[in-house]
Amino acid sequence: MAETKQSNRPLSPHLTIYRPQLTSMSSIFVRITAIAIFALAIFPAWWLLAAATSESAFAFIDGLMRSWLGDLVLFGATFAIFYHMLGRLRHAIWDLGYFVEVRESENMAIIMIIASVAMAFLVAIIF
Amino acid sequence: MRFLTDRKRAVGMGSAREGTHHHWQHLVSSILLQVLIPLFVFTFAYSLGGTQEEVVAYYARPFPLIVTVLTLIVGMLHLLREVHEAIEDYVHGTAQKLALVATQGFAYTVIAVGLIALAKIAL
Repeated sequence: MAETKQSNRPLSPHLTIYRPQLTSMSSIFVRITAIAIFALAIFPAWWLLAAATSESAFAFIDGLMRSWLGDLVLFGATFAIFYHMLGRLRHAIWDLGYFVEVRESENMAIIMIIASVAMAFLVAIIF
Repeated sequence: MRFLTDRKRAVGMGSAREGTHHHWQHLVSSILLQVLIPLFVFTFAYSLGGTQEEVVAYYARPFPLIVTVLTLIVGMLHLLREVHEAIEDYVHGTAQKLALVATQGFAYTVIAVGLIALAKIAL
């Protein structure tokens, strides 16, 4: 009765053998973008501290962030931050009980991708 | 035969009994950040590119100051929950504990650095 039984029941499909779908991939990307922004968050904080500290400290980090590499990273970060924001908006909509059908979820995924890329370009062009 | 029922064997093995709070907090910060993130991105993008004096003058103004303070706190704690959830899923044992501690230390450090910088600028 109390012995640990070895189960022969079928297991749910594991991530590595599961066919990539728009719903699952868009959800995984929400997590990836979160980890990326988390790591990159040190740069605006460093930049602000440098601005509050000295001319030379500011010149270094400001130069780094405004170099071509800095521009590229900031563009990617802008996309990531908006993608993650919209991903979490989708979760909030699901949690409130709306648009939980597969078709609707996929439509929201497409909107997330288009809107976050558009926002990244918009910010890059305007500022 | 051991005098343990199936239920007794399962008690304590499952839920950490704290998932609902984590989930609710995450929903709250998700919704709050829908407002904060566009404001933060626009103010930060606007200020980037100025000289040091211009940046200091900009963040001494109440609106960008408050937006940035709020985004630092709400945003970093939100991202900390995101990262903790990922660590709890994929890292286990001692490595998991150390990763949870390290990421929490990192998040608190970023918040402190940002707030101290803004305090120096604003006051």
